[in-house]
Amino acid sequence: MSDYNFAYLDEQTKRMIRRAILKGLAIPGYQVPFASREMPMPYGWGTGGVQVSAAVLTPDDTFKVIDQGADDTTNAVSIRRFFQKTAGVAVTEATSEASVIQTRHRIPEQDLRADQILVYQVPIPEPLRFLEPSEVETRKMHALEEYGLMHVKLYEDISQHGDIATAYAYPVKVEGRYVMDPSPIPKFDNPKLEMAGIQLFGAGREQRIYAIPPYTQVVSLDFDDYPFQPTKADHACDLCGAEDSYLDELIVDDAGGRMFMCSDTDYCATRRKQGHVGAQGVPYKEDAA
Amino acid sequence: MYVAVKGGERAIDNAHAWLAEERRGDTSVPELSVAQIRTQMTLAVNRVMAEGSLYDPDLAALAIKQARGDLIEAIFLIRAYRTTLPRFGGSNPIDTEDMACDRRVSATFKDAPGGQVLGPTFDYTHRLLDFKLAADGEVGDAPVVAHNQTATPHIMSFLDRENLIQSEPTGADIPDDLTRTPLELPASRALRLQSLTRGDEGFILGMAYSTQRGYARNHAFVAELRIGAVAVEMDIPELGFAIEIGEITVTECETVNQFQGSKTQPPQFTRGYGLVFGMTERKAISMALVDRALRWKELGEDNLGAPAQDEEFVLYHSDNIQATGFLEHIKLPHYVDFQSELELIRKLRREAQDNISREAAQ
Repeated sequence: MSDYNFAYLDEQTKRMIRRAILKGLAIPGYQVPFASREMPMPYGWGTGGVQVSAAVLTPDDTFKVIDQGADDTTNAVSIRRFFQKTAGVAVTEATSEASVIQTRHRIPEQDLRADQILVYQVPIPEPLRFLEPSEVETRKMHALEEYGLMHVKLYEDISQHGDIATAYAYPVKVEGRYVMDPSPIPKFDNPKLEMAGIQLFGAGREQRIYAIPPYTQVVSLDFDDYPFQPTKADHACDLCGAEDSYLDELIVDDAGGRMFMCSDTDYCATRRKQGHVGAQGVPYKEDAA
Repeated sequence: MYVAVKGGERAIDNAHAWLAEERRGDTSVPELSVAQIRTQMTLAVNRVMAEGSLYDPDLAALAIKQARGDLIEAIFLIRAYRTTLPRFGGSNPIDTEDMACDRRVSATFKDAPGGQVLGPTFDYTHRLLDFKLAADGEVGDAPVVAHNQTATPHIMSFLDRENLIQSEPTGADIPDDLTRTPLELPASRALRLQSLTRGDEGFILGMAYSTQRGYARNHAFVAELRIGAVAVEMDIPELGFAIEIGEITVTECETVNQFQGSKTQPPQFTRGYGLVFGMTERKAISMALVDRALRWKELGEDNLGAPAQDEEFVLYHSDNIQATGFLEHIKLPHYVDFQSELELIRKLRREAQDNISREAAQ
């Protein structure tokens, strides 16, 4: 792979992306158009996140990739390998050891530090898209801070279902200005959007980059009488016993028996190493998992 | 007791190995060479070059082989390769009047300077399976005449002389590049044409067809369709003049459409334009029709709300690499999102059930 530049993209392209990132950080929550490149993986597989990672990675970085919270999902494996090949950076599965973490659909359970960057893969960056299909119109709505439509949608949810019927990609308002799509993370993760690390969002196909600087105010939209509630499955992890982590639900037998386990595989493994054992777990052994 | 599923890495390696084996197929059948694809599957190669936005028949043929004949996958391979290429600059506009035409037909004039040249067209073949090809594909030589050595004037130039066709405004010296700047709307015509020429053939065809059936009908005559080789020239700053750097085959289609006019302005025909790499005439004609439909605003027509008139709709959905990527990504893991929906729907059902029982009790 020595035919390619460090982290695949050429330096001019990285510069263009870095400019978009800086602009994004300067205007938290604003979607910055950027000239997204065609990457050697399909649109929808994280091309936006990959381009942002390529633009921020340096040879000294340690890189971690998660998909659905897990390091070993196929696409996380594929993206991690891509940067091992094209950038030769160190990789890790440990959240605390990574300087750059690319993620799809989750925020790690462990709090991030100020020296860490979280890169999100974003399918549809526009939070208003399913209320208004036209990009021309939605850009206007953001410019005019016209978010009434979104509140009407949430209100209609309540009148129909008695609850806000959005469980993931739950819209937030950033620093009191832009309504932003946090990417399809479960709303359980929304409170973690206020963090010490830098958060960068890349949407390749839609050619948009946006960002949340450290310690920026991020408010999940709600009503006084229907306050935002992060939710998770009402269980503990069956492997490590954690009660505070987001859980995957697995069907384990033909009778439809269920078990629950941490979606964040590093969090779960770390707890098991520390000796925590869940209802269906076994004491941790190296290579047992 | 349960042990977490792991093994993404091994699964990927094994899947790739299996894919390579499937691509090769039955090894008792000789392997297909890239040269065979390039010279005998030329229309597939042309489509891959056109929608891949890279004029290189060898690489297009290689991509088709690697993609097991899936043309959208082949186009994707070419696009991904193309982005890694250095950019030396832009060529001068090609001069299609100087084209060495393999085919040149006009539907608007029975004859015109340069003549009607059918060329290697399927148009008047009877679509009967030729079982001889199953046994032996060898054919005799076709009769040969030399190309016209003089330029073939565009049919439009004759209408232009009478002022019957609307003249086109000159564009920017260096138009925006769709692959180097994010598409923002409203887009210039140059950007629209770039988007249409690399857009999915099926999508552009469908859009064009919809205009013919009445969704923003603009009744198009094919004033001219020409296919052939043109020289590509580029200004070399060190030399101070343009030199020929190569030759490409393109298909150009100009349509003449219903006229515009008012009490103060005599009526004139309007035009749609299509230009596509290779011998790709279905695409070029479709492109001209969609180009014309998208020009409603500048030509002072009504927005009829037709899909083909909607710039955002057409330009945002014509790219098959974007479309197929986003479409197919829904097969990737989404269990975190789905889990959150599961919890929500269980909660909503629980609440609804409680309400029903409460009402029944009252």
